Amino acid sequence: MKHDLILRVIAKYLFPVIALFAFYVLFHGEYGPGGGFQAGVILSVAFIFYALVFGMETTEKVLPLKVLRVLASSGVLTYAGTGVATLLMGGNFLDYGLLLSSKAAGQQLGILIIELSVGITVSAVMLIIFYTFANRRRPWEDHHD
Amino acid sequence: MIDTMIDIALMAFLAICAIAIIKTHNLFVIIMLFGIFSLHSAALFVVMDAADVAFTEAAVGTGISTVLMLTTLALTKKHREKKPVHRARLPLLVVLITGSALVYGTYDMPSFGDPCSPAQQHIKPRYIENSVAETGAPNVVTAVLASYRGYDTLGEVTVIFTAGIGVMLLIGGRFNGRNNKENR
Repeated sequence: MKHDLILRVIAKYLFPVIALFAFYVLFHGEYGPGGGFQAGVILSVAFIFYALVFGMETTEKVLPLKVLRVLASSGVLTYAGTGVATLLMGGNFLDYGLLLSSKAAGQQLGILIIELSVGITVSAVMLIIFYTFANRRRPWEDHHD
Repeated sequence: MIDTMIDIALMAFLAICAIAIIKTHNLFVIIMLFGIFSLHSAALFVVMDAADVAFTEAAVGTGISTVLMLTTLALTKKHREKKPVHRARLPLLVVLITGSALVYGTYDMPSFGDPCSPAQQHIKPRYIENSVAETGAPNVVTAVLASYRGYDTLGEVTVIFTAGIGVMLLIGGRFNGRNNKENR
């Protein structure tokens, strides 16, 4: 699809819209439906759409697999790290109330951190799976080169 | 009245999709039908006022898993399902018996949305009454997922992370496909 003009133009305009919607879902999850998981999937869909139109090589220049691996693990690490941090502050595991001086504000900050780390891990893992499948050589093409 | 009509229509579409999936042997068509099936389930969740679940089903079931299935299909050479060699009489019998037992079991379940059911009586009232004051999140689902049941969500994220690692280890080759080609 690299030479399809209409698709390329539409993809360029749609990519920021999809990505923005992902962030809306992420930060609005406290008030409406949605949250880190859905936001992560939508963000990864934006990149998959980009890859379908512009090809894997361009997409890997924008977002290399190495970066994705770091992102995927950093999300889980942030999540578990928040739990360890609240443990060290003298509370229970993932007891966000201790993060800030007031309990409600700490809870809100904790939920935001957790949703963000879930979103990062989910979108990175979805893209890792997509990259791995898309980059794999077709077994029956081995004979040609 | 209108709710029942929508329910019946969506259920009918689900059944039609399921039968079409069984009858079709073209894998591409089956993947697309799975996506449609999942979208109908998402619509059913919306009718049942489970907006968060519907959102997840639409994003994951319809969106990403269809894309991942298609990329898997692109890796396989054959796009048609193998014709089964034997007749599926015994499995059909097992499915029918299990299915009717399950349907029989639903007669003892509380009706949908029954306020006296154990699920509504146990810890739910506490969440609904205190979640805004305790977590500051107006959406109870988010409050439960991220705060009250944060430990479970950590487990879910770990499962997804493990799935990513598994895919990389199984078919990832080296760091990426291009490196793989250069090395051969």
